[in-house]
Amino acid sequence: MKLRLPRFRRGRLLAGAAALAVVAGAGTWTAAGSGEPPPVHREDTVLEMPDAAVDTSYFTAGGGGRRPAVLIGHGFGGSKDDVRDEAERLARSGYAVLTWSARGFGRSGGRIGLNDPQYEVKDVSRLIDWLARRPEVQLDADGDPRVGVTGGSYGGAIALLAAGYDRRVDAIAPRITYWNLADALFPQGVFKKLWAGVFFTTGSAGGLRPAGPAAATAPDPGSARQAGTPAGPGAPPAPGCGRFQPELCAMYERVAVAGKPDEQARDLLQQRSPSAVGDRIKVPTLIVQGQSDSLFPLDQADAMARAVAANGAPVSVDWEAGGHDGGTDETARVRARVTAWFDRHLKGDDGVSTGPAFRVSRSGGIDSTDGRIKLRGAGADHYPGLTPAARPVALSGPEQSFANPPGGAPPALSAMPGIGGQLSALGAGFALDFPGQFARFDSAPLDAALRVTGTPSVRVRVRSTAPDGSAVLFGKVYDVGPDGRTQVLPHQLVAPVRVTDAQQGAGVDLRLPAIDHEVQAGHRLRLVLAATDFGYATPAAPATYTVAVEGPLAVPVADGVTTAAAPLPAWTWALPLAAAALAAALLLVRRGGRRGPGPAPEPDPERAGVPLEITGLTKRYGSVKDDRYAVQDLSFRVEQGQVLGLLGPNGAGKTTTLRMLMGLISPDAGEIRVFGHAVRPGAPVLSRVGAFVEGAGFLPHLSGRANLELYWQATGRPPEDSHLAEALEIAGLGDALERAVRTYSQGMRQRLAIAQAMLGLPDLLILDEPTNGLDPPQIREMRDVMIRYAAGGRTVIVSSHLLSEVEQSCTHLVVMDRGRLVQAGPVAEITGGGDTLLVTPADGPVARTTLEKIAALEGVGSVTASDEAILVRLAGATPADLIAELVRLEVPVAAVGPHRRLEDAFLTLIGGPA
Amino acid sequence: MSGTRTTAAAATATAAAPGYAAGRTLPLRVEALRQWRRRRTLVMGGVLAALPFVMIIAFAVGGGGDDGRSDGGRVSMIDAATASGANFAVTCLFVSAGFLLVVPVALFCGDTVASEASWSSLRYLLASPVPRARLLWSKLVVALGFSLVAIVLLPAVALAAGTVAYGWGPLKLPTGGVLAAGDAVPRLLLAVAFVFVSQLVTAGLAFWLSTRTDAPLGAVGGAVGLTIVGNVLDAVTALGHWREFLPAHWQFAWVDLLQPTVEWGGMAKGAAVSVSYALVLGALAFRGFARKDIVS
Repeated sequence: MKLRLPRFRRGRLLAGAAALAVVAGAGTWTAAGSGEPPPVHREDTVLEMPDAAVDTSYFTAGGGGRRPAVLIGHGFGGSKDDVRDEAERLARSGYAVLTWSARGFGRSGGRIGLNDPQYEVKDVSRLIDWLARRPEVQLDADGDPRVGVTGGSYGGAIALLAAGYDRRVDAIAPRITYWNLADALFPQGVFKKLWAGVFFTTGSAGGLRPAGPAAATAPDPGSARQAGTPAGPGAPPAPGCGRFQPELCAMYERVAVAGKPDEQARDLLQQRSPSAVGDRIKVPTLIVQGQSDSLFPLDQADAMARAVAANGAPVSVDWEAGGHDGGTDETARVRARVTAWFDRHLKGDDGVSTGPAFRVSRSGGIDSTDGRIKLRGAGADHYPGLTPAARPVALSGPEQSFANPPGGAPPALSAMPGIGGQLSALGAGFALDFPGQFARFDSAPLDAALRVTGTPSVRVRVRSTAPDGSAVLFGKVYDVGPDGRTQVLPHQLVAPVRVTDAQQGAGVDLRLPAIDHEVQAGHRLRLVLAATDFGYATPAAPATYTVAVEGPLAVPVADGVTTAAAPLPAWTWALPLAAAALAAALLLVRRGGRRGPGPAPEPDPERAGVPLEITGLTKRYGSVKDDRYAVQDLSFRVEQGQVLGLLGPNGAGKTTTLRMLMGLISPDAGEIRVFGHAVRPGAPVLSRVGAFVEGAGFLPHLSGRANLELYWQATGRPPEDSHLAEALEIAGLGDALERAVRTYSQGMRQRLAIAQAMLGLPDLLILDEPTNGLDPPQIREMRDVMIRYAAGGRTVIVSSHLLSEVEQSCTHLVVMDRGRLVQAGPVAEITGGGDTLLVTPADGPVARTTLEKIAALEGVGSVTASDEAILVRLAGATPADLIAELVRLEVPVAAVGPHRRLEDAFLTLIGGPA
Repeated sequence: MSGTRTTAAAATATAAAPGYAAGRTLPLRVEALRQWRRRRTLVMGGVLAALPFVMIIAFAVGGGGDDGRSDGGRVSMIDAATASGANFAVTCLFVSAGFLLVVPVALFCGDTVASEASWSSLRYLLASPVPRARLLWSKLVVALGFSLVAIVLLPAVALAAGTVAYGWGPLKLPTGGVLAAGDAVPRLLLAVAFVFVSQLVTAGLAFWLSTRTDAPLGAVGGAVGLTIVGNVLDAVTALGHWREFLPAHWQFAWVDLLQPTVEWGGMAKGAAVSVSYALVLGALAFRGFARKDIVS
């Protein structure tokens, strides 16, 4: 987690580094902005003021024309260089921006007066005078520029003071600053020693530098102005007071030694605080206060908001996540809001939203992907104050006594300057109370989550054994986890209180620190009153305090403040929508030009009785450009009741045809119709087709029976239609049916696969090489099964390269070779169809020349010679014509007959001019 | 060709066999039964169920975690593993979400179509006929269901075993603080749900590869490999904001649930990225498979 350094420390570092870039005297710089943003013109001027020279920078950007001006004050211990980035941004937004180093800081001279109305505040009026003379600055009246003031911490207070003392200020945006410095440093009469020490040491440090800042940064001996030369009023400062006004220095030393503030100190700080002119601040005010701020806590902002609102001016209150204790950096958001505020109230741009009247940044969790704490904004259309509707939470616990240790040590721990209270939002923190030095009162576990927004309060009775009857107590409200042990102190804040005259007991209305914190359901609230705290001065004399609660804890709840959802980048929604659109496009838009079936044509009722009709079927290997064909222009037709043999050598295209028939691959051209319906992948008509193609396909881990049962269930058809028993009988697997298929032999799988094809007794049964791996009795049986199957009016297609098998079981044949149809028709017609004659010569093989002569005869298709016979395919001639011609050619003929052997016919057919 | 034309009157023509309806093919129950008794399913389930016990033994041998307290009140998830059953379940989820849980998802989704192709059973399913989109849908739903069971199984067993071993107590949070046991269980459920959603991209990738190849190992290995490549790329911080579009960038976003205030941004972004990839990959699978020539 990145913790923000407290402002004073960072300011010092920056002051040292930036000083190198500054030249004493007036100079003109043009910062060449990197990239697109318009360059910002900067003009450094040292302005002579009473008792001091004030170092300023003036920023403008863009073209001419008069524009409103903004003054930006810097934090305590810093200089104008700290706010340069902000100034350049505002200049780009169309403002004339003037920054200056306050008296006693940076390269400005003079003494630190803690925004003394006689010095620092009058300096601002003189800066406004200067702005009124600039040609770029828009004027409300002669000598009255349109001007806003903003700044953080010390610079925020000057914004409030400027508005209080100078009527020409038109809008202000003070950030993490004080309303009453006495209340901030001496809350409830207790000295905030740690912060006060840091404050005063920071201011002193500049004066303790060996040669002073001007000598260190402006080595040019010709420089006329020794801007850094202390030139404050009165005597030279005492050592250790640095550049503070002596009266402030003396006040601090007095209070720090006493350990408690006095009336004089309070008066001094109060006179110089914005609260002194609270009734005169009547301009639109944007108040940004940090939630992790033990220096200027939220009650300072509350006092500010109430006072300005009472004067009738518009006020917005923004509780940012950080503060002087550090925490999540919200600089970018706050700057944007300040700019919007000035856009509305200086430029008069009514179209700009200045945000809700009250906004609080609430810590979400850590985003583990970038390790940052996420913030959510919660807003309300009015500022609820610190004590909105109070919800009483009963506290239990007896009266308790505890000790104020002598010397106030060891002290309890709460806020530490520079260590953010943000951890508490995550359920962690380092708050620590020492046993015997505190009293505690617990609530019951909360039924529901409770969001505390404001200042809880409780009435307690305090008794003290101190001689003067006084007691200094530190009230804090812990959020205690369900285990009762884990406790976090929201933002590490404590509320001190000084009680007097409590020898006999005194009732005290204790106002606890203002926070915005959610207590989860099941958690408890724990009020702790401690005698010591690291950050505060406590009485050194030992004493015993006795404390009892006299009422419930009044917990402020601001119901009108609603938390907005954490913002997500737009792509979080856009990306899935775009992906859904892309997915829909992928599914719905067809690929143009690629192979694939078009929409299925209408079923042809005329062919409803034709189990299979193939027309012009073509399938290429591989891509469209490949001109090698697996199947080319194949057409044939199968009628009901036929057992069709699909015959061809390996590679003839039989299996490709059957795969197209099953809808597994798409033809490049042509059409397959089954019972009149064109076949497409998954066409419903395929449910009337049973197939066994290219081997079995089973789940190896399941038994044969489970495979068939699940296959049938996968078809979604009624179990009674499966005819499982009949199929299993054909498979003839016996007990093996219950074994896993992976244990089966090739033949067993084959039979199981044929049984699967026959499940449901399909109207068209396709068996591809069904007898592979079967032994002869099984082959015979299979043949009978096929014949019986077709006899029932169903149709069977058997593909084979085994001719004998086809010859004996088929009624019709389709012969294929190299993807083409060679012949189709009844078996008898092909085998003995009369156009092929087997001629047996009387005296041995005939000469080649004779064969050529025979082949050349009119009406003869082809001639094939074997050892003892000639196979002649007729193409128009009759057998009688052939015999006559053979006789004329003097071929001695022993016998002429129709060729019956299918194998010979097959060879004849495929040996022809294919 | 020979043969005479016959009239249509020879048979009563119906488009499909009686009782066939495309919408009833390959019901989810049947597909689940087909996958359930596979060895890889059972082995994967066994590995995931055994891991919590292995870790309990490891913590016992290693002397056990300290009570989850390390300096500053912050605890690391491993340190706090033995603080309670809920902590143990979170730790088991944490150590396995990066890789171990990728494997079952890639396995179930990558193997489902490719193994059918390698067994040749795919063509019989398609010819029976199960419409291709329907087949993919059933297989995808069942594979995702198995993946979900695998992802739930590990933390569930870890919660049960951890409760027995370390007791039923509040969840110690990595950011400090605790969450009551009753609140921790819903958070754990949400974490598991996010892990599942973030694995959808692996599922989509594996499923798409599964429709492209006949080698189940190729699909599973490809999906696991590409997931690892995603993890490697996410480690390249030079990619800057581009890493936000890597699914691996968000795979531990569910850790955001383990804090008092839940931060949803990371999980929303992670879910958006994962779902987006899964949608496109799923659509590619359906598109390619609808037109594919089944040659296995």
